[in-house]
Amino acid sequence: MMDWQALWLSVKLSGITVLVLIPLAILAGRALAYRQFVGKSWVEALIMVPLVLPPTVIGYYLLVGLGSQSWLGQWIEQVIGQQLVFHFSGLVIASVLVNIPFAVQPIQRAFETVPHDVRDAAACCGMGRIKILLKIELPMVWPGVLTALVLCFSHVLGEFGVVLMMGGNIAGETKTISIAIYDSVQSFDFNAAGTMSLVLLLFAVTALALTTSLSRRLGGQRGTNHR
Amino acid sequence: MAQIIADLHCQIQNDNHIKLNADFCCKAGEVLAVVGPSGGGKTTLLRMIAGLNHPDAGQIHFGEQPWFDDKARIALSPQQRHIGYMPQHFGLFPNLTALENVVAGLDHIPKSERITRAKDWLERVNLHGLPDRLPAHLSGGQRQRVALARALAREPSVLLLDEPFSAVDRETRERLYLELARLKEQLLCPVIMVTHDLNEALLLADTMMLISQGQMLQQGAPFEVLSRPRNEAVARQMGLRNIFDGEVVFQDSTKDLTWLKCGEQLIACDFGKDRPVGSRVRWVIPNQGIRFNSISNGRLCRSFNKLDITIDALLVMGESVRLLCYVTGTQLQLHTEISLHLAQKLALKKGMQTTVALKSEQIHILEPL
Repeated sequence: MMDWQALWLSVKLSGITVLVLIPLAILAGRALAYRQFVGKSWVEALIMVPLVLPPTVIGYYLLVGLGSQSWLGQWIEQVIGQQLVFHFSGLVIASVLVNIPFAVQPIQRAFETVPHDVRDAAACCGMGRIKILLKIELPMVWPGVLTALVLCFSHVLGEFGVVLMMGGNIAGETKTISIAIYDSVQSFDFNAAGTMSLVLLLFAVTALALTTSLSRRLGGQRGTNHR
Repeated sequence: MAQIIADLHCQIQNDNHIKLNADFCCKAGEVLAVVGPSGGGKTTLLRMIAGLNHPDAGQIHFGEQPWFDDKARIALSPQQRHIGYMPQHFGLFPNLTALENVVAGLDHIPKSERITRAKDWLERVNLHGLPDRLPAHLSGGQRQRVALARALAREPSVLLLDEPFSAVDRETRERLYLELARLKEQLLCPVIMVTHDLNEALLLADTMMLISQGQMLQQGAPFEVLSRPRNEAVARQMGLRNIFDGEVVFQDSTKDLTWLKCGEQLIACDFGKDRPVGSRVRWVIPNQGIRFNSISNGRLCRSFNKLDITIDALLVMGESVRLLCYVTGTQLQLHTEISLHLAQKLALKKGMQTTVALKSEQIHILEPL
């Protein structure tokens, strides 16, 4: 039996994570692509950490760092009147942090392909930074943004370790579809686990196929660059 | 906004990353070619004028308006300078059509007039019928013209062209030379064109500035720089290869001639009073100062500077022939280029001994480095 509540919670979590993360990733990816500064390698390494660190370890640090025993957790609880751990908002923060490399990397690579000449010409055409970003750069880096968006959405949808550590398993609050699958297997309900796994599998394949096809079509419309 | 007509004055120094020292003026309506080898600082200079980079020190003034002044802490952005800039690879916006690319540069006029103005400029650069094409669907020459239209349509205070012809094929380049030469008549602003092609500079520029390793070597009219290079570095930059040692042996002020001894040869050149007898000098002669065509019709006998030479190599290059000759009895090499027609008429071939004349007025004594 499909756990629709868990599926909806996962979709909601993925959507909010993407909405929060992608604009930040565009700004960070652009800055990393264009600017040279002391410690850039360290910043890039820090961004990549979630890729190599086990999700349970990240979840553990978030649990300890944002829990009611920590000064940060206590301060946040005082300010917003709500504990972050074992709450949906805590899942959003955890998902955003874990997905930083999936969002920043493709966007940074896309910005790196925007030629100097184009950016210089835009500035010399009188365009300000925001106009250059919106009118010239974003249409050029769109495939990278789309890839980041799909990667993050799919990754959050299937996230398990961090979600379990940070949110536990509260139905309607922190029980996502991955945790529902785990729950079903624990209770030997293999039919439900199979259905939900198939839904995730189909979603992942469809999303990736659509991204690839759309990126190719966008690239084809734009053709090769000006060189 | 009406176009402001003024001269550009630039006096800048830069020591960080790229060394650059420049001090020049480009008058309104004048085309200044900045010529030099790759990595010499040409593009950096252009970027500093555009406001894309800032020098360590100095001033850039457009008329009375300061664009950069390190002492007054003024550094206008490219947007504030209102320049027309055409980068080496044109910098067209790939997601915008040719027309939209030109419209993108028209931030200085009301929105309602932009499309009409952009279409007008596309027509002026002979691009009618292509306004809806994306840059990827245009040829190299067409892209170059869109970029030029975009830069010119801004009615810029200064037009900056960075190697504008380097990314197009030779045939297109020849056609674009003519178009730019035609447009040049209508340009009111200072135009600064970076190039490493001397012919381009000779063809299109009113003045020329040689730059190498960030240092200005010489500035002047292109033909003046070519025929009167200040020193050996300039001469070599200009591609002059006939540079020789000599010793001043006689100053003939009555005939306005200075006589040099080069090996066993006596060479006459224009009188230079600041060259005392006995001083060692380096002298140069450009290709157009070496005469072959007088040999056969006997006019050569009236010339000074007759040199007996042996042709060591001939290299046919399309309509011209490049010759490497030795001055007979010496190790002095003479490089020259003549038309294929003349080479055939004189039946020049390898190993042949003949005589050439060096025009005394074309011989130029170089300043010591």
